[in-house]
Amino acid sequence: MKAFADLYAALDATTKTNEKIEALTQYLKTAPSEDAIWGIAFLIGRRPKRLIESRKLAQWALEEARMPEWMFGECYSAVGDFAEVMALLLPPAATSTDLPLHYWVEQRMLPMREWDDGARRDSIIAAWRQMDERQRFAWNKLLTGEFRVGVSQNLVVRAIAQASGVDANVIAHRLMGDWQPTPEFARELLAPDAQDADISRPYPFFLAYPLEGAVEELGDIREWQAEWKWDGIRAQLIRRGWRTFLWSRGEELITDRFPELDAAGALLPEGTVIDGEVMPWKAGEPLPFAQMQRRIGRKELTPKILADVPAVLVSYDLLEADGEDVRERPLEWRRARLEQVVAGKAALVLSPVVEAASWAELAALREQSRARRVEGLMLKRRGSPYRVGRRRGDWWKWKIDPYSVDAVLIYAQPGNGRRASLFTDYTFGVWDKGELVPFAKAYSGLTDEEIREVDGFVRRNTIRTFGPVHVVKPELVFELAFEGIQKSSRHKSGIAVRFPRMAKWRKDKKAEDADTIETIRALLPK
Amino acid sequence: MVSLTERGLYCTAGDFYIDPWEPVERAVITHAHSDHLHAGSRLYITSAAGAPVVRTRIGAEASIESVSFGEPFTRDGVRVSLHPAGHILGSGQVRIERGGEVWVVSGDYKLDPDATCAPFESVRCHTFVTECTFGLPVFRWRPQAEVFTQINAWWRANREAGKASVLFSYPLGKAQRILAGVDASMGPIHAHGSVERYTAIYREAGVPMAATLPVTGQLAGALIVAPPLARTTAWLRKLGPVSAAMASGWMRIRGTRRRLSLDRGFVLSDHADWPGLMSAIESSGATQVWTTHGYRDAVARWLQEKGLEARSVETRYQGDAQEED
Repeated sequence: MKAFADLYAALDATTKTNEKIEALTQYLKTAPSEDAIWGIAFLIGRRPKRLIESRKLAQWALEEARMPEWMFGECYSAVGDFAEVMALLLPPAATSTDLPLHYWVEQRMLPMREWDDGARRDSIIAAWRQMDERQRFAWNKLLTGEFRVGVSQNLVVRAIAQASGVDANVIAHRLMGDWQPTPEFARELLAPDAQDADISRPYPFFLAYPLEGAVEELGDIREWQAEWKWDGIRAQLIRRGWRTFLWSRGEELITDRFPELDAAGALLPEGTVIDGEVMPWKAGEPLPFAQMQRRIGRKELTPKILADVPAVLVSYDLLEADGEDVRERPLEWRRARLEQVVAGKAALVLSPVVEAASWAELAALREQSRARRVEGLMLKRRGSPYRVGRRRGDWWKWKIDPYSVDAVLIYAQPGNGRRASLFTDYTFGVWDKGELVPFAKAYSGLTDEEIREVDGFVRRNTIRTFGPVHVVKPELVFELAFEGIQKSSRHKSGIAVRFPRMAKWRKDKKAEDADTIETIRALLPK
Repeated sequence: MVSLTERGLYCTAGDFYIDPWEPVERAVITHAHSDHLHAGSRLYITSAAGAPVVRTRIGAEASIESVSFGEPFTRDGVRVSLHPAGHILGSGQVRIERGGEVWVVSGDYKLDPDATCAPFESVRCHTFVTECTFGLPVFRWRPQAEVFTQINAWWRANREAGKASVLFSYPLGKAQRILAGVDASMGPIHAHGSVERYTAIYREAGVPMAATLPVTGQLAGALIVAPPLARTTAWLRKLGPVSAAMASGWMRIRGTRRRLSLDRGFVLSDHADWPGLMSAIESSGATQVWTTHGYRDAVARWLQEKGLEARSVETRYQGDAQEED
C-alpha cells in the first residue's frame, strides 16, 4: 500500500491541478490493475459502506497508544481529521510492510463485515503495527470512509484518460452507474472505446456555472433559451432494455423511490435518456421542496404520502434517442425531440421555455421566481451540445439574489480539515425581545484573513465553553445570505433557512443594529 | 517562591520577574522571542550568549546585565542561575533556589540537538515551570538529520525544475538552524532582510552557518530563507517560479500546511515534542509542575493523572503561535 499512501500524500501536498494529474497518472501507469481500480474507486468517492464505527477505532487507537479517552478529543481539536489523529497518536511502528492495496481492502477491510469486534480489533491493531505513518493514515482513511483529498471526479477522469489514451468523455461515462472495483472492470475501463455501456449507465451530468457579469454580455438573446431553475433532485430517467432506471446526480439509483417515474418510463421508446429535475408537484405547479424532504425521509411509501406529495420529472434535455447518443446535437434539436418524447405523459412535465424579447424583459420575469418556487433562471445556448461536468460558456445559472439578514456571532467552534484548530464554524443570533436567539449556522463566505481575525476575536472574547462550543461576547455582526426560509419546529427561532453563508462582515454595525426575529418572520412565504 | 502576577511570573523573595509582559524594575529573560521579551523594563538580566540578541530587539540604550550559564548570582538570599534551554542562541532556563527549595522556569526549550545553540541541560528541581507549545501526543518529531535530508531533496528537485525554493521559517532561531543544517554545496542561499538581521548576530557569536546573499539577482535554483509573514506579501510574487515550504512543528498537521497553501511542510521545531516534554519533566525530578503556553491544560491533566501536582498557568507567552515555531 506504500504506492497508494504516497499517492495520497502527493495529492494532498499540492494545490496545483497539473501536479495532481501527474501524480495520479504515474500511479495508474505503475500500479497493478487490481490495486489501481480500488484507488480509482476511493478517489471518486465510491467507497464501501463504512464497516466500523469511528468511536471503536478511536478506542482501539487510544488503547494501542496507552492514552486516556479524553486525550482523543484534545488531539482532534488540534488536528481536525479523525484518520489523521489516529495515525499521529499511534506509537511508531516497529516494522513497515508493503502489502498491496487490494489485499488490505479485500482481505482485511471488507471481510470485517462478518467478524465480531474482537476479531476486528485484533486485525486493525495488527495492521497498524506493520504500517509506517503514511500507510496508517491512508488505511485509516479507508476505514473511516472520509476520503476527500481535493480531487474531483473530473480530475481522476482526466488522469485515467491520460494514462490509458482513451477519450476522457468515454472514461467519464464508463465510471457512471453501477460497477464493482474488479480487475475485469479495470480492463473494461481502460479498453479502447467500444460503445460498450451497460444498459443502466447514466451519462455524466452537464453542470452550469453561476452567471458572471451582466446578462447582456451573453450577446443576442435570440441565441439563448431561458428556463426556470427548478429546485428539486437532478436526475436522469433511462429507458433501455425494456427497463427503467432513475439516477440522481449523486449517482444513486432512486427508481424505487419514485414509482410514478418508474411507470412513466415504461411509456418511453426503447433507448431514451431524459435529463431533468424530480419535483414534488400538484395541480400543475411545484410544492415546496420541504414536502419532498418529507417524502424522501419516509422508509415506506404509503398511498397517503404518494397522494400528498406526487413526484414528476420536470424534463429539460434529451441525451439519448432511439438508442443513439445525441449529446453532440444542438440543444434546439434535442429540445424538439424531447417535446415529442414527453408529450402525453403526466409524470413527465416539460420544463417550459421562458419567452422574452429582450434581456430587460427576461430580468423582469426573473423577479417572479420566488412566487413560482424556483431559484431563478437557466440560460442555455441554443446551438450548444450537452457537455460533461461543470463547464463555462454554454449553460449559466442566473439565480435570484438571496435573502439577507444582519445577525450577531454568538457561538463558535473549531472547523475540520484545513480549518482545524481555527474557529471557523459559527452560530448567529438575531434579537427576540431583547435577547439573541440562535438563528442560523454558517461556515463559509469569509476570506482566510477574516477567518484569522474572527478566530482571534473568539479566543479573546470567550465567555464560556460547552465542549468544543465557545460562547462569545455578542459583538460581531455579519450579513448572512440564504436561499430559502420556512417555519420549523425543530429550531429555537422557529425558522429554518437553506444554504446560509456569510455575505459580508458588517464592521460598521454594532450588535444592537442586527435584525430582529420579526423582520425575519416577515420573509416567510405567505 | 514564584507567583503569577498581572505583569508576569514574579519571584517575591528575589524581587524580579521572569519574562514579564509589561515593563518592570528587574526582568530575568529566558530568550529574545517577542512573547518573552518586552521593551521598557529598567534592568534586564539574561545569558551572555543571549544578550546581543536581546539588545537587537529592545534597543541600544536598554540596561542589560549578562551572566554565564551555570554561574549563580544571589539576590536577597535567593540563588539564581541560568542553564541552557536548547531553544535558540542564548536561551536559558531560570533556576531559583532559596532555603533548599528549587524552582526551574523553562522558558521555551527542546531536547533535540541544534548546531546553533548550547544543548538543553536537565536541572533537578522541586517545581518545574514548563512550556507546552506542542503538549499533545500527536506531536512527535523525526530525527533532525532525516528532516534535513528531506529539505535537501526538495531543494534539489526544485533546482532541477528551474524553481527557487522558498523556505519560510521563524527568523530568529529556526532560520539559523536551517542555515547551519542544509547542504550548502547545492547552490546559493539567500536570506530575507529580517532573517539576515539575526543571522549577523549568530555569525558574530561564531555559529558556523552557510553563507547568505541578499534576495536579488538570479534566484532560480537557489534556496531562499524568509520569515513566515513574507508569505502573503508582494515580495513573494517578485521571485519568479518558486516552490514554497515551511519548517515548523505545526507542519506535523496537514490542516496547517494546507491552510497556508504551502507546497511542502517540514516538521522541524525548536520546541520539545510530547516525548521531549515528558522526558524533561521526568528528569527534572519535580513533584510540582506548572504548565504554560499552548496545550497547558492537557499536559496538566495528564500529569495529574500520573500523580504529579500539576497546575495550568495562564501566561501571555503566546504570540501568533503558528508563525512562531
